[in-house]
Amino acid sequence: MNSRDQILAAVKKNQPALQPLPALADLQAIRFTHPVEKFTEVLTSIGADVRTGYDLNAIATFIDGNFTEGRRFLGNIPGLPGVGSLDSTVDTHTLEDLEVFVLKAGFGVAENGAVWVTDAQVQERVLPFICQHLVVILDPATIVNNMHEAYERIGNQDYHFGLFIAGPSKTADIEQSLVLGAHGPKTMTLFLNGGI
Amino acid sequence: MGTSTTTHASLSEQFNADEARVNWHDETLWWVRQKRDKAAWTLPEWEELRETASRIKHNTLSNLHQYLLSFEEKALANGCTVHWAANAAEHNEIVLNILRDQKIDQLVKSKSMLTEECHLNEYLAANGIDVTDTDLGERIVQLAKEAPSHIVLPCIHKKKEEIGELFHEHLGTPAGNADPLFLTRAARAHLREKFLTRRVAITGVNFAVAETGEFVVCTNEGNADMGAHLADVHIACMGIEKLIPERKHLGVFLRLLARSATGQPITTYSSHFVKPRPGQQLHIILVDNGRSTQLGREDFRNSLKCIRCGACMNTCPVYRRSGGHSYHTAIAGPIGSILAPNLDMKKYADLPFASTLCGSCSNVCPVKIDIHNQLYQWRQEITRAGYAPAGKAAAMKAMAMGLSKPGWYRLGGKIARRMMRAIPFLFNNRLNAWYKQREMPAPPKETFADWYRKNKNQSNQ
Repeated sequence: MNSRDQILAAVKKNQPALQPLPALADLQAIRFTHPVEKFTEVLTSIGADVRTGYDLNAIATFIDGNFTEGRRFLGNIPGLPGVGSLDSTVDTHTLEDLEVFVLKAGFGVAENGAVWVTDAQVQERVLPFICQHLVVILDPATIVNNMHEAYERIGNQDYHFGLFIAGPSKTADIEQSLVLGAHGPKTMTLFLNGGI
Repeated sequence: MGTSTTTHASLSEQFNADEARVNWHDETLWWVRQKRDKAAWTLPEWEELRETASRIKHNTLSNLHQYLLSFEEKALANGCTVHWAANAAEHNEIVLNILRDQKIDQLVKSKSMLTEECHLNEYLAANGIDVTDTDLGERIVQLAKEAPSHIVLPCIHKKKEEIGELFHEHLGTPAGNADPLFLTRAARAHLREKFLTRRVAITGVNFAVAETGEFVVCTNEGNADMGAHLADVHIACMGIEKLIPERKHLGVFLRLLARSATGQPITTYSSHFVKPRPGQQLHIILVDNGRSTQLGREDFRNSLKCIRCGACMNTCPVYRRSGGHSYHTAIAGPIGSILAPNLDMKKYADLPFASTLCGSCSNVCPVKIDIHNQLYQWRQEITRAGYAPAGKAAAMKAMAMGLSKPGWYRLGGKIARRMMRAIPFLFNNRLNAWYKQREMPAPPKETFADWYRKNKNQSNQ
């Protein structure tokens, strides 16, 4: 018997009598009177910069004025000045000088400040990680209360790679001192705008 | 066992040689525990959420055979390659064979307690493979040639000055610089070079979904993603108990994991891997290594619900004061002490005794594993099997005799109280384990029985 069959046989023999799966509908999960405010509060508390009142031009000006170290900006927002889209033939290993990546997230989650992104929105999966600074545009009307609503919204969406992002990459491995910018972006700026 | 240098007690003594460090370790982990409490209290439904998670895992374990088949079928349909490993040795061979097929001798790896359990790094090193751990804490312990001392905070036992010295030696940072921001930036530059040049990435798995064949990896640093998305080959290693039934159940577990682990509302990244990138290979290794046996042990089955958050360690009064390395197993602390004896009851016979049975671990466990009960039950099993430490077994027999015969108990107590007053040296010496690091209490003037007799008479008058 190969290992697969051996493991499956042992599991079948040793697993207890079938226990029912609890219904998630019974769980009274937290809801917020002002989900957008809650989302902003939580995401800010975990190190992101949340901004409102920026249109495309204002976002472009912000990016241009704040991220000056490298000059390579990529994104997938049509009509965002100064930000190119990724050439599909580019080798992702040459992206280490990517200063800013701009993406539009699918929706946000108020309870934890996370935004949902799939490979359809990022072209190359490594882009939101390899950039030095991440810029996210989110429609505030998409913000759900909690993770149960988030997965209801995701449903059986057919993504190849899906991702919740909540703030800049970080670590506290050295004596529990929080440092923003471990391996991924050092900052995350999120613009709440329903018109982009 | 009592005199061996690899028991929890003797290893704890080494850790306790530096009192200031022990105090720092204790306070820091308690601070993490308090952050967990604050995060839990933000959700009125927290207890209900724990109960739901526990029941989902109960269902998973009771239907694991079917869920494994479903996961395999979906993962294959997604274009992944699925491997099955009965034990650690087979797991390691599978990884090595994938590397040999690719003619690759260097790789990046993100955190996976399973690969620690299987001692993959040592095996690959012995076979000429260069492994770079990419989680900052894991990289630090790797450079120090140590094992992680905590499943979430791998180098919590290290002071920043020691890390500064390690980085000076291995990464060429200036001597004497121990600034966490500076050192983290140095590691970022050092590891980016690895991410950009390694063609194989190994990651762990936090949750695998039977319904869809996808799996989720949670990190704060983004190292699992940097590795996996830049590599031609991604190898994901998981224990068979990592399954959950449906995608929507991720909502329950992602709400619990980071809050329980560090007090964060969610980890920075929760990456859902479904299909390999075009041209990429995605291998999933399903590992048993004792799990199917544990599944058949009714008293210990619930330990398989564990989602590796580390909350039981952060709250444990013994772990906080003895350090992760004192457990001499990949997964330290209360949960490790109920998992390890399943793998080798004799080698880990000391671990279930490394507890006060206070129950704090069970109270914080996000999937409601009855950890302290299982510690107690392992003690029974270990003693029955004859693996209990000789001194402890003898003391227990003496205690049983004394406690079951009231006359002996009273006489023994009387003698002990007199001796403690007359010849304190008999008790206050290094042979008495209870005298270590503390003073013995003053012997009471009278026993409770005496006091009760006196006061009972008074109240009756």
